[in-house]
Amino acid sequence: MKGVIPLAVKVSLILEKNRCKGCGLCVAFCSRRLLRAGEELNTLGYHPVEMIELERCNGCGNCSVICPDLAIFVQKEESL
Amino acid sequence: MGIAVSSRPETLTGAGFHYCPGCSHGLVHRLVAEVIDELGLRESTVGVASVGCSVTAYNYFNLDMQQAAHGRAPAVATGIKRVLPDRLVFTYQGDGDLASIGLAETIHAASRGEKITVIFINNANYGMTGGQLAPTTLPGQTTSTSPAGRDVGSMGHPIRMVELLAALDGPAYLARVSTHNPAQVVKARRAVKRAFEAQLKGLGFSLVEVLSACPTNWGLKPAEAMKWLEKNMLPYYPAGEFRVAEGV
Amino acid sequence: MKELMKGNEALAEAAVRAGCRFFFGYPITPQTEISEYLARRMPGVGGVFLQAESEVAAINMVYGAAGAGARVMTSSSGPGISLKQEGVSYLAGAELPCVIVNIMRGGPGLGGIQPSQSDYFQATRGGGHGDYRLPVLAPGNVQEMVDLTGLAFDLADEYRSPVYILGDGAVGQMMEAVELPPDCSAGPAKSWAANGCRGRGKNVITSFFMEAADLERHNLKLQEKYRLISSRETRGEGYLTEDAEVLVVAFGTTARIAKAAVKAARAGGVAAGLFRPVTLWPFPAEQLQQAASRAGAVLTVEMNYGQMVEDVRLALQCRLPVHFYGRGGGMVPYAGDICNQIMGLGGDDHGYCGVKPA
Repeated sequence: MKGVIPLAVKVSLILEKNRCKGCGLCVAFCSRRLLRAGEELNTLGYHPVEMIELERCNGCGNCSVICPDLAIFVQKEESL
Repeated sequence: MGIAVSSRPETLTGAGFHYCPGCSHGLVHRLVAEVIDELGLRESTVGVASVGCSVTAYNYFNLDMQQAAHGRAPAVATGIKRVLPDRLVFTYQGDGDLASIGLAETIHAASRGEKITVIFINNANYGMTGGQLAPTTLPGQTTSTSPAGRDVGSMGHPIRMVELLAALDGPAYLARVSTHNPAQVVKARRAVKRAFEAQLKGLGFSLVEVLSACPTNWGLKPAEAMKWLEKNMLPYYPAGEFRVAEGV
Repeated sequence: MKELMKGNEALAEAAVRAGCRFFFGYPITPQTEISEYLARRMPGVGGVFLQAESEVAAINMVYGAAGAGARVMTSSSGPGISLKQEGVSYLAGAELPCVIVNIMRGGPGLGGIQPSQSDYFQATRGGGHGDYRLPVLAPGNVQEMVDLTGLAFDLADEYRSPVYILGDGAVGQMMEAVELPPDCSAGPAKSWAANGCRGRGKNVITSFFMEAADLERHNLKLQEKYRLISSRETRGEGYLTEDAEVLVVAFGTTARIAKAAVKAARAGGVAAGLFRPVTLWPFPAEQLQQAASRAGAVLTVEMNYGQMVEDVRLALQCRLPVHFYGRGGGMVPYAGDICNQIMGLGGDDHGYCGVKPA
């Protein structure tokens, strides 16, 4: 295809552990099942969510859209 | 270069929400804040907090706010908007606040076409005080003051607020949205923006009813609560735009 | 130049001249003229008159407008003032300036539409829930319906407090010649108002303090305010008090009638005098003590069954016998009957002392 330069997109999830209440909504709605309830306790006394297999994240943003606590954000880095 | 897809809105102070895990309040606060950011109106907005779990909404929104008595937010917002017609004025109310004690203020502000926007959190119970019957509690639904389930014979039927207000000429934009999955949340955000735009264009009263989860008082885990909402509330309270005045 | 005006309308005009541009009200006798007058007048000065759906809605509109920084007023009578009490408590707690007018009628309940003074307790003891007090001004004639309105707005802004004007159906309905003040500005700028946080941190108007320590701190701040108002803002008027041996204490319309009774008593040989509180809160205790310094007896006269008399007894610290005469239910006392009471206390037993009932 003419004029299209392939971009590499690096997706990362930013998790603010001490805001997370372990509600599990991001776990339920992650389109690739990349999140699960963690074992450790945070400063609020909840078990914050954990990320597994982060490489498979496609940055759909479901987690950050459904999170009620501003605890999880998607960051995309585009490079040539 | 890094492009954040999502981040904390400027219109939120960043203080941790005291709401229960899985409560939709945090979601809706974020949506309202995102829209105000997008419109660039943080410094010319005045919000009105009500009485319920969100009584301290003024700790979370980074803009001027007034805290109103139970049910009276639309009247307080009327006072504000009449003094400051060029500011964006919104209220943030629960179902007890808006549909029970404040029903008259809600209907009259809507009927007057008061140029304010009401964000209405419908979670089918009185959350803050421990889960009592609300005008929006579903038939058969158990609450602490309807322990055998809502009996419509003695307690009446739930009130569908958006449909009620749609019978009035004053409203310019009335919508009901849900928060039970990410796609719905995105639609909810769009409705909030249309509601604010209706106000900014001077078209009249606008209201968005947001079907919300209350996991603690429903006795369900958050993800289950979202499923319960979808299965039980949506059929009774259908989503959609119930009034879209010309120009919205 | 003086104008002949009805009390309610004179008060309304005075509000406009004091820079009030927002009024939220609801019809109730005997004060509906205030709404009707402002419905006609406000548009002409670029102000807002809005008839609210109830007195509850009206007081909350006042809250919103006051929080937005405006000079704002509402008015009602008995039952409507009772409806407003939650809002008044919120206004006091949130420290919002505004003027609330009560043109008193007979009570309790739906009562009647004739004048009374039976809301004295409600006005001076806060009226709603919680520890708060409000300045209460009691006009005694139509000129004072004008003068005290301007004062009310100034006090409200100076102290960030709601201020009551406590009139009655008689002074609200009667017509007298009044001198109106010139138009003045809308009051000082309010940096604390919630009107959009451009160029500053956010402002929050609230009366809610979840932590007891915070709420206590807030209450102490309010109490200090009330102490300050009490030390500075008492007002009262004496008539023939320098040598009064029987001191009559009355406020509002009752004081006017009592004045005639005092004159008749003097003619009948009793050294009577009259002290008229103009601020009911803070109660002018020192001025009253001064007026009673030569008296052997005090007679409090009210259009109720004994409300201000309690403050009179408190102020005089029970040094003197304080008697009470009152009529309620909308009945207005006759000067002759008051005079008989005075004569009785003055040691003479003349009975009807020649002052004809109005």
